[in-house]
Amino acid sequence: MKKILSKSFTADQDIEKLIGYLLRYGVITASLIVFAGGIIYLHQYQHSSIPAYHTFVGERAGYTTISQIMSGVGTFNAKGIIQLGVLVLIATPILRIFFSLIGFILEKDKLYILITFVVLSVMMFSIFGGLKV
Amino acid sequence: MTIITFTLILLAGAYLAGLVGSLTGLGGGVVVIPLLTLVFHVDIRYAIGAALLASIANSSGAASAYIKEGITNIRLGMFLEIATTVGAVGGAIIAVYTPTNTIAILFGAILLFSAAMTLRKKNMEALTEGSALSYKLKLNSSYPTKDGEVEYKLKNIGAGFSIMTLAGVLSGLLGIGSGALKVLAMDSAMHIPFKVSTTTSNFMIGVTAAASAVVYLQRGYMDPGIAFPVMLGVLGGAFTGSKLLTRMDPKVLKYIFCVAITFVAAEMIFNGYNHKF
Repeated sequence: MKKILSKSFTADQDIEKLIGYLLRYGVITASLIVFAGGIIYLHQYQHSSIPAYHTFVGERAGYTTISQIMSGVGTFNAKGIIQLGVLVLIATPILRIFFSLIGFILEKDKLYILITFVVLSVMMFSIFGGLKV
Repeated sequence: MTIITFTLILLAGAYLAGLVGSLTGLGGGVVVIPLLTLVFHVDIRYAIGAALLASIANSSGAASAYIKEGITNIRLGMFLEIATTVGAVGGAIIAVYTPTNTIAILFGAILLFSAAMTLRKKNMEALTEGSALSYKLKLNSSYPTKDGEVEYKLKNIGAGFSIMTLAGVLSGLLGIGSGALKVLAMDSAMHIPFKVSTTTSNFMIGVTAAASAVVYLQRGYMDPGIAFPVMLGVLGGAFTGSKLLTRMDPKVLKYIFCVAITFVAAEMIFNGYNHKF
């Protein structure tokens, strides 16, 4: 019965399918990167003893910004590569909001374009709002 | 302990956490925090960072399957994500001013609540009459069942939205998906059939967790040496769990895990109370 609504309905279905794929491949890509980084990490550090994880170092440990992570990846640093995977994993749901926004724009659903835009703004505030302190 | 031993034990532990999390419906993140803090004596902030990653991985992995089946209510998820993301960012801000012991006690309390929630009676009924707001926001929908497509309608949207904000705050503060609270908001307050509320909650967890994860990444909560075994282990465990779930009914297992989780929660509260974090 829903098929009668044809055009907008197919666009809706396609975007939902796309979101499904995005989530799946986002997680797979992130896992593969983390796995590759992990192998190098184990190769480099396997016999060293574990860091003192019971004390929190925080930011000073490095790899907390995109530029730090990218320069780590550039030098094939294991920690940098693992953090890149972490970054891809966190980016996956954020990208999902973008896709939803496109979907609602295609459907010309003004109310949900606004709602999705609000969620996206909160996300951007979280990333660029300087909340790390 | 050398790094290779630590990594292998943590990988096995995270696999079990993912398995238990998926069989009970609690989510892997919830099991990862006590595993890291109580067993490995890792600082709770690193545990929270790792748990957030586990929640995002779990949510995104499982959500892709449910969307395909058409059970997830994407509009409802998007609408409620306003509440959970604002809450999560708030939680991440509050976290700076909250002592780690308080966080541990709060976590124990939420764990107890979540265990109780997994044993609750599930809402199978679909409402035929929704509130005015549910029509305005286009939240009413339908989902596929064995007997064909079932229409459902929503009410108490304000109450649901408020509980969702709280779920977001706790998620940002504790690094968990707060699935139990999300389901409570949708199931008990808004009267959504549980199949729709569980899948939509799962769909939302990724975005909620990402909202605070970006803050925690910048604060250095995510340590690569912990993130790597936890992420891969939990994903593997959750995958095995989802395969097992189609072949068996984990009712007995659920009770056993709930008892076990009650003990874990008590230990978290006890240690937090004695300032061991």
